[in-house]
Amino acid sequence: MILVLVETGADGAAVTSLETLTFARQLAGRLGTQSVEAMVTGSLEAAATVRDQLAAQGVESVHHAGGPGMDRYSAGAWATALAAVPSDYVMAAGTPRGSEILAHVAARAGTSMAANVVDVVDTDPVTVSRQVMGGAAFEQMRVDGSPTVITVAGHAVEPADAARPSDPAWREFEPELTEADLATAVVRVEEGEADNTSALTGARVVVGAGRGVGGADDFDDLLELTDLLGATLGASRVVTSLGWRPHYEQIGQTGSRISPDVYIACGISGAVQHWAGCQSAKTIVAINTDADAPMVTGADYAIVGDLHEVVPAINEELRRRTAPDAAE
Amino acid sequence: MTNVLICIKRVPEISGEILLSDDQYSIDARHVGYTLSAHDECAIELGVGLAKDTGGHARVLSIGAAGAAEQLRYAVAVGADSATLIEADPEAFGPADVAAAIASEVRQAQMSFELILVGNDAADTGDFQVGVRLAYQLDRPVLTGINTAEIRDATVLARGAGPQGVDVFEIPLPALIAVQEGGVEPRYPSIRGRMKAKRLKIEQKAAPLEPAGSGRVRLTLPEPKPSTVHMLGEGPDAAPALVDVLARSGVLNR
Ligand SMILES: Cc1cc2nc3c(=O)[nH]c(=O)nc-3n(C[C@H](O)[C@H](O)[C@H](O)COP(=O)(O)OP(=O)(O)OC[C@H]3O[C@@H](n4cnc5c(N)ncnc54)[C@H](O)[C@@H]3O)c2cc1C
Repeated sequence: MILVLVETGADGAAVTSLETLTFARQLAGRLGTQSVEAMVTGSLEAAATVRDQLAAQGVESVHHAGGPGMDRYSAGAWATALAAVPSDYVMAAGTPRGSEILAHVAARAGTSMAANVVDVVDTDPVTVSRQVMGGAAFEQMRVDGSPTVITVAGHAVEPADAARPSDPAWREFEPELTEADLATAVVRVEEGEADNTSALTGARVVVGAGRGVGGADDFDDLLELTDLLGATLGASRVVTSLGWRPHYEQIGQTGSRISPDVYIACGISGAVQHWAGCQSAKTIVAINTDADAPMVTGADYAIVGDLHEVVPAINEELRRRTAPDAAE
Repeated sequence: MTNVLICIKRVPEISGEILLSDDQYSIDARHVGYTLSAHDECAIELGVGLAKDTGGHARVLSIGAAGAAEQLRYAVAVGADSATLIEADPEAFGPADVAAAIASEVRQAQMSFELILVGNDAADTGDFQVGVRLAYQLDRPVLTGINTAEIRDATVLARGAGPQGVDVFEIPLPALIAVQEGGVEPRYPSIRGRMKAKRLKIEQKAAPLEPAGSGRVRLTLPEPKPSTVHMLGEGPDAAPALVDVLARSGVLNR
């Protein structure tokens, strides 16, 4: 059995968890001997939505770990919940929490753990392909021990419903938590930059700013473009580490991974670590003075030129077309 | 007084094309050089600050090739007090081996480290587990994805980005924290720092164990994609063409 940890929020299951369920179902389909079950935890705000999503994914049963101790996040507690359901595979999305919880599962079970897996290439012994170098390369890795512990890379598969929905059995249980499980629980949640991070990962249009912008005081054109498009501003690591923009706007291996309809990269060279964060954008547009920059050669569309000339012209064109008396 | 051990990794400094060794087992970094893993840089900044604030000692530790001395010296140049290099072939050591080797070093070190910091995940292998495994080896509480931390008596108060905001944790010392970029700004080395780093004698040790390995079979690279970029033109004159692209993509819906 493949046990999938499903992260949930006010809107139901996280997209990354739905991807992981799809990944698990496809593997089960190939193996023919495995079923997929899901683990959900805590007070489960959107229980009805989650149930529908899991049914659509064809999940056979759902284990809901509740009770005192499961309401506040603690990696150890969630790992204990997963370990309470014997399985052949334990999977989670390669999110911060998914990675943390599965590391606990693997450390306790004395098994290996493969992070950011994109494919299971063999099952005897279990061998996976997983992202390394922030997704710029792949490692074929043998995953030893039982259960097989795997986090699934974001966008490794598109979330897709099963051919036929299931009517999953729903089991409530209270895991037996230890003091150590609870010692690392979140004590409180403060409002903060995390909200802006989710704005970036959920944005339909992202305007990216790189070193080519020039300085912390040179963002007016880009901010206007962002405004005109109802977009979200993102940045390269150079821009955040020079303190021009806050870190939560960073896109890349050590920033956010975005998947907008359109990404407009301005003055960004396109290092592999930056591509790691933007390659899932549907359409990529680059504005750069260097026609040979990897951001340009890897883009769908590009303008070669100084962004401080090009972006104001785009803004003007946008204003013209969206003006109430535009002759179109 | 809180002594802090900061564990760091030397990684290939790649921003462009990745080359593999002939046997496809490793990354060929001969032409690009090496750097510190990004999260590790923040772990150093955080650890040096915490040690200083409490009158403690900040030591950096790396398991790796002799060349990792370069990254250890860098850490000393930005404030660490001492450095230990456990010389080993980094590719032979999987995450569980690295955790076991660090644990062995912690147990036998003369100094006791109330706080151990690691980077959240290495820029090259991205295993996301050394910190957690090390915590189990040493029977300590562990947090990952932490941006900032402060010592309060016998506890550490730590913050990291969560799905609904900033998650705040408070765990007892001795503890282990995996640090994530974004909370502290790594400083640049001062001239005095560089001088100190140059003179420093790095403590060198042999690996305390035979590694079980990482499970790596080989590395592969994605198919190189030929450029399919559509050039819209040069300079501001190309702006209307770009706006047409935006319109076709359906993002001008107002
Ligand atoms: C471990 C590690 C992790 C990393 N993680 C990340 C990450 O998460 N995200 C990230 O972005 N980077 C990351 N990096 C850094 C990455 O390697 C690059 O250094 C960085 O992305 C470069 O930023 P940039 O493109 O803004 O700057 P540069 O590489 O300096 O590029 C600037 C670009 O702007 C163009 N330009 C200059 N002037 C103008 C102008 N007036 N108009 C138009 N174009 C202009 C130039 O032609 C050039 O292409 C990481 C690096 C390491 C080692």
